[in-house]
Amino acid sequence: MSDKKWMPRWFYQLASPRWCYQICGKLLPGFTIAALVLLIGGTVWALLFAPADYQQGNSFRIIYLHVPSAILAQSCYMLMAIAGAIGLIWKMKVADMVAKSCAPVGASLAVLALLTGAIWGKPTWGSWWVWDARLTSMLILFFLYLGVMALNSAIESESTAAQASAVLALVGLVNIPIIKYSVEWWNTLHQPATFKLTEKPAMPAEMWLPLLVMVVGFYLFFAVTLMMRLRNEILRRERRAGWVKEILLSNSAV
Amino acid sequence: MADLLTNAAAEQAQIGPGGLFMATLRRDLMLSLRRKSELVNPLIFFLMVITLFPLGVSPEPGFLAQLAPGALWVAALLATLLSMDGLFRTDFDDGSLEQLLLSPQPLFIVVLAKVLAHWMLSGLALTLVAPVIAVMLFLPAEGMPGLMLSLLIGTPTLSLVGAIGAALTVGLKRGGVLISLLVLPLYIPVLIFGTSAVQAAVTGLPLGGYLALLGALLALGLALAPLAIGAALRISVSG
Repeated sequence: MSDKKWMPRWFYQLASPRWCYQICGKLLPGFTIAALVLLIGGTVWALLFAPADYQQGNSFRIIYLHVPSAILAQSCYMLMAIAGAIGLIWKMKVADMVAKSCAPVGASLAVLALLTGAIWGKPTWGSWWVWDARLTSMLILFFLYLGVMALNSAIESESTAAQASAVLALVGLVNIPIIKYSVEWWNTLHQPATFKLTEKPAMPAEMWLPLLVMVVGFYLFFAVTLMMRLRNEILRRERRAGWVKEILLSNSAV
Repeated sequence: MADLLTNAAAEQAQIGPGGLFMATLRRDLMLSLRRKSELVNPLIFFLMVITLFPLGVSPEPGFLAQLAPGALWVAALLATLLSMDGLFRTDFDDGSLEQLLLSPQPLFIVVLAKVLAHWMLSGLALTLVAPVIAVMLFLPAEGMPGLMLSLLIGTPTLSLVGAIGAALTVGLKRGGVLISLLVLPLYIPVLIFGTSAVQAAVTGLPLGGYLALLGALLALGLALAPLAIGAALRISVSG
């Protein structure tokens, strides 16, 4: 086992449901506080102090909710597919649980992105819904989440359900870029991506800095929700294990 | 014991990948051809869906001609999807799917042959009847080659992707609606490029680009989908 020395011990402890439950429990308070601070701070900054857009006025401020949820909805799918692949290849129970916990969170983030997009579209484009490329691909991403969730709940055996949804998530992952580009060639009205890794944003700093804060805050919030769901999922699936009983008894004694 | 093993190995060596492919293809085609009603069902469904458009929207020829490329492609897509559920179902029910998975032969080739057999009786058949039905929707004659070519290259991809959904749901009692939920979002690129090819053909624009994209999707599907179908079948059967 000498080849594993470069990895910190806690990293492969994560593979054990019991340790994962405890590590997540230790991380939760810190992450919750950081997420709350960033989200509240970012929202106040974005809504009160960031300058209004010269064309769209104040209505553009919904970007501070819209862009982070859209980014997160996509990242969440990546995480779900990667966790699914890890579960499929190395048969790690925790990875399966992560993948399962990701799906509803990702789906709700996609809904949030679609809703905020619709609300933003009304004053800007004059209608709630436009068959634009990026709206449509977000809608399709939402459908992909629904498919994974439907498959997961349709199969009774939990390990089979996890494996089957992992295969579906991976097929979806291969398809996402194809769907994205095909839809983009099909119709484009939406503005190009706000953040690109390779370029400086077109917005002034006082506009995009709060956005960055919100994105980081959303990521932390996502981590918090995911860990909470994961802990529940671990408890539910390991309900017959002795350590779960110990933990639950010690909690109720306090 | 050693003799037995070598004998078995020798017997396996006699059937190469090509032989395996042809044997599976022949078996599946024969089985499907014996159930004639199931063969015709997707085609009837295709015709019925097309009939609904003039009834539901407008029988005006100019309008229908505009609607035709998309309507034909959507109907073909739904007809393929409808026939998808039966792809592995009978083999699963009578246990021969389990035998196929247990056999030492590469699953990739078996799966590819099964999908090809399915496509020949669904996608290919749809491609052949599509021009007749397109006439009912007043699709201009210039659009016909685009329609047939795009269906010819696009429907195999539909069968390959649909087979993933069929493999994932084969163990479930009621997979019918679920398979549509899983597969329809993945069909969107094929629909977009297929419809664009027909529209380009109608307006006299070059359609080579769209057909090339459909071909690229097919190549990707041929290379990757059998892997996913095989993995999904193993999961469904063992679960």
